[in-house]
Amino acid sequence: MIREKRILLRYSGVIDPWSIDDYIDAGGYRALAMALAGTPGRIVEEVVASGLRGRGGAGFPTGTKKQAAAGKDDGTIRYVVCNADEGEPGTFKDRAIMESNPHLLIEGMIIAAYGIGADMGYIYIRGEYYDSISRLQHAIDQAHERGYLGNDILGSGFSFNTEIRPGAGSYLCGEELTLLESLEGKRGYPRIKPPFPAEKGLWDIPTLVNNVETLANLPGIIEHGSSWFRLSGTERTPGTKIFSVCGDVNRPGCYEADAGVILDDLINDLAGGTRDGKPWKAVLLGGAAGTFVPYSCRDLSLCYERLKEQCATLGSGAVIVAGSERKLILLMQSILRFFRHESCGKCVPCRIGTTIIHEQSLEIPGAGHEERLSFLEGMVDHARQMAKSSLCPLGQSPILPLETLQRHFTETIATE
Amino acid sequence: MDQQEIFTRFSPDRTNLLAILHAIQDSHPQNYLTEESLKAVAGHLRVNLSWVYGVAGYYSMFSLEPRGRYIIRVCNSPVCSMMGSSGIIEELDSMLGIKAGETTPDGLFTVEEVECLGICDVAPAMMVNRKVYGNLTRKSLESLLDELRKEQNGQK
Repeated sequence: MIREKRILLRYSGVIDPWSIDDYIDAGGYRALAMALAGTPGRIVEEVVASGLRGRGGAGFPTGTKKQAAAGKDDGTIRYVVCNADEGEPGTFKDRAIMESNPHLLIEGMIIAAYGIGADMGYIYIRGEYYDSISRLQHAIDQAHERGYLGNDILGSGFSFNTEIRPGAGSYLCGEELTLLESLEGKRGYPRIKPPFPAEKGLWDIPTLVNNVETLANLPGIIEHGSSWFRLSGTERTPGTKIFSVCGDVNRPGCYEADAGVILDDLINDLAGGTRDGKPWKAVLLGGAAGTFVPYSCRDLSLCYERLKEQCATLGSGAVIVAGSERKLILLMQSILRFFRHESCGKCVPCRIGTTIIHEQSLEIPGAGHEERLSFLEGMVDHARQMAKSSLCPLGQSPILPLETLQRHFTETIATE
Repeated sequence: MDQQEIFTRFSPDRTNLLAILHAIQDSHPQNYLTEESLKAVAGHLRVNLSWVYGVAGYYSMFSLEPRGRYIIRVCNSPVCSMMGSSGIIEELDSMLGIKAGETTPDGLFTVEEVECLGICDVAPAMMVNRKVYGNLTRKSLESLLDELRKEQNGQK
């Protein structure tokens, strides 16, 4: 029987999210003081040594991103942007952090800013997260009053301000370059990359874009050190990860555990097992832009390296459980409807492709055995072409669930 | 907040565009962005009307058509859909007589189908204006609609 390992969520539900005193009493802003006592370069070194990987979905090494954004210490202006546009279906772990402990994110953001030499930051947060927005705004105001934000923070000479910017209901804006377009007050269309945000970000200025959970890891790394951080998780995915488990489980919710936790332990021990008590049929890992895994993979360790071997993804940490009675084609249809709805229309293969594959998926339930397989084959073909010819991750995503559905569940699709 | 207060609060910085559009839309009793308001925003930010119109039309939280006082956003993304969101849309149809995208004739309710609201732990879920409602059933929907109608009558 495994238990949760709460580091990021340690004070969630324990302290009052509206009270900076509660956060300070729990040891909050100590890491910031320690960070400011050292050099910015030391922050970047510690984060590199920690092996922390971005928690937004791509798993890119955070330290490398910081090194790139810090560039040469030449005094040019830089931005830190927090990606709080949590829109991946099945994902609600950033909301858990922002609603229960908003100061943790703010402290992480100030540390990141000091590391790369930024004096201005933005938190781009999805417009529907009203509770997160009000709590974060209140926390920012309190941090200003106490001198953790603003000019000459804690007498260090370092100055930093951060402001909230709401999104307005576009999934695509969770992609970092599209997010920057949106932040500049434009339609959420993707940019061509490279250049990456570390070279040309907001207003073409070097910008560090980090996910909420990623930034929330920084205070711990700075206060306790990178080797402490590496005590959790695996060699190549150090730290804990917050998994948002939902679907056919008895206790859906956010669970923080060592990265590398066994999939079935997470479902049974933490999320209370399946609703009907029977073995689950499939898990969609990482959300709509994620991968299907069958019950035979229940011993899978949820870390980047092991999942990659199995052609699966960790993504944002969404674990969507489909119970024994679920029809997977219906789940696939809703995934494809989602992509069809969210395609921005800039790249033709994505605009047309998302519509075609969704419509094909609607044909499957009424088709015969052989016909179903050829529909599935056709959808996978289309999705593969879209992945090759689309600019941003949206057009590159439908292939992930489709290919894994075909790999593991061809017989299920043909017969269910 | 009226328009002038909104423009005082949000400086003419383009990163404020979405926040300004939200504030203006929220301040309209019919929850939408009028052409006049888009023109005023364009003037405030010193950009063309087409810019503001293009942005307002792109993002799904903004509406260029009048809507009800209560916007019911039913999540229809994969998790909620699996847990029965289409049943919720049907229930709302039978209770309010409107389909997704429509507004009741009394101007009280608009039902919208939206993508993941990030409240999958209580699927099927929806939002009414700024509030989240989860683990929806026919019964909970009925009592919620009653409550909202009472709230509205109380304010008259």
